Amino acid sequence: MTDPMIAVEGLRKSFGRTTVLRGVDLTVRRGEIFALLGPNGAGKTTTVNILTTLVQPDGGTATIAGADVVHDAAQVRRSIALTGQYASVDAFQTGEENLVMMADLAHLPRRTVRRRAHELLDRFDLTDAARRPVGTYSGGMRRRLDLAISLVAGPAVLVLDEPTTGLDPASRSQLWDVVRRLAADGTTILLTTQYLEEADRLADTIAVLADGQIAARGTAAQLKALVAGDHVRVAFDDAASLAAARSLGHEGIEGIDRAESDDKELALTFPSAEPVRAIRQVLDLAEARGLAVAGVSVVKPTLDDVFLALTASPASPATPTTNALAGSTTSEALR
Amino acid sequence: MTTTTATPRTATDPTRGPAPVRAVAPLRDIGTMARREARRTLRSVDGLITAFVLPVMVMLVFVVIFGGAIQQDGGYIDYVVPGVLVMCLGMGSATAAVAVAQDMASGTIDRFRTLPIFGPSTLWGHVIASVVRNLASAVVVIGVALALGFRPDAGPGDWIAFTGFAVLAVLTFTWLSAALGLVLSVEAAQSVNFIFLFIPYMSSGFVPVETMPEWLHGFATHQPFTPIIETMRGLLAGSADGGTVTTALAWLLGVLLVSVVAGGVLYRRRTAR
Repeated sequence: MTDPMIAVEGLRKSFGRTTVLRGVDLTVRRGEIFALLGPNGAGKTTTVNILTTLVQPDGGTATIAGADVVHDAAQVRRSIALTGQYASVDAFQTGEENLVMMADLAHLPRRTVRRRAHELLDRFDLTDAARRPVGTYSGGMRRRLDLAISLVAGPAVLVLDEPTTGLDPASRSQLWDVVRRLAADGTTILLTTQYLEEADRLADTIAVLADGQIAARGTAAQLKALVAGDHVRVAFDDAASLAAARSLGHEGIEGIDRAESDDKELALTFPSAEPVRAIRQVLDLAEARGLAVAGVSVVKPTLDDVFLALTASPASPATPTTNALAGSTTSEALR
Repeated sequence: MTTTTATPRTATDPTRGPAPVRAVAPLRDIGTMARREARRTLRSVDGLITAFVLPVMVMLVFVVIFGGAIQQDGGYIDYVVPGVLVMCLGMGSATAAVAVAQDMASGTIDRFRTLPIFGPSTLWGHVIASVVRNLASAVVVIGVALALGFRPDAGPGDWIAFTGFAVLAVLTFTWLSAALGLVLSVEAAQSVNFIFLFIPYMSSGFVPVETMPEWLHGFATHQPFTPIIETMRGLLAGSADGGTVTTALAWLLGVLLVSVVAGGVLYRRRTAR
């Protein structure tokens, strides 16, 4: 299977006079974890709602495993499962009852319904709580049940809309493990998130959605390279050394002319294409001049930097075209 | 997708469930949804109080407290039981508005809509559970009324007609409530039962229209609860009036039709977010 599991082209959607999606293109391979990253209001949930047949697009096409979300919605519903922003499980039913209900709604053979429910309870470590009303579950347990419910029919594509919002760090990393295992077993996963760390840690491919368009896409590393390269940071023992280092001039060290100094931390930071070479040069120089170096490090850009650079909204609202141009240039650069 | 072979593939590959038996199974879907609603009622103290305690309380208030002042010979109970019944069926149905609104707000309906199930089965689940619950509470109300001295003159045929009419009323009230639940917030949905609490007061349900102030006569006579309550009163007394029954049926079937169509459209269009 080389065909993409999710293929989206030129997706557009407006609600009244508000344009939410301005032409979104996405391709997600089978077994891939694809993160749609964006701030609130960027159009993440609208994209998810269109892909899961809840909302009809105004223009463009979207297919899931080859089935069109508009013309073949019934087929799409057979291959997807959605875990929404809220854990949509019934508080008044037990975990087991919730799962059995969803297995019934997935039309599993009646005799296998209960077995399937128990399998999933076991897999998500909920067997002990199976007969308790979900109202008594913790936030993490609810999310696990929510995910278990999504897997009842063994969907080919799992859509997770901000799956870890409101979870504590332990539950979050537990959920990440589950998602990774699912992808390893061949499930295609599309997740939306506003947490950069989540996209960074989990996703094979990240698309940054800003103002209804994909502003950039690539691996976490590619995206980081897009915004800024590595920086070298040199910390000194005393202010005199920092001052001396600052007045050095170029000395053949590339990028040091663009150095920024931090007087409080007694550190000098400058961009560098070859950080290892730059560090060696700095240390040699420091030894020759008798500067007291406390430490050196290579500073990698974080996804935060990427995110802020790509989604920074222009001060004036009249620049959607400029944004669009910037968006297509950056994504072009990654192809 | 795993096909049915002897090897227990699900044990080694737990992401894959057994293959669905049938793509379309409307009856199974409706049954599953009705079971869900039955559980919701049986496990909610609120739901049980609304279904069984409240109607009995309302009847006790009217018969025991107000009854003596309204009609001193004690015959008021025979007059008021249909009014109490309609109010109780209405309020019992109105809980569907809250349940549907909660399902919308929690994203549960969105999740159901992403499943390959028979679309309207969610709403039908509410309706079926509501009919069963309301018939049960009607039986309790009538039982208490009989204990308090209610003496209907209905023959077996009248009772059958009465039951059929009550089912139609609950169907209509529940579909209306469910459709409202799709568009209202949870808080607003909680006030749907005011429709069924206050509008019946301004009908012939509790006191005859002639005893009301003149300016209220027009509304009281022509609002739907008056023919609905009068039909029940007539059937229980064994002397239903054809014209009144026709008016009541027209109201109920009309509202039912509009609610089913509107509910179906809204269900497909509305999303939680």
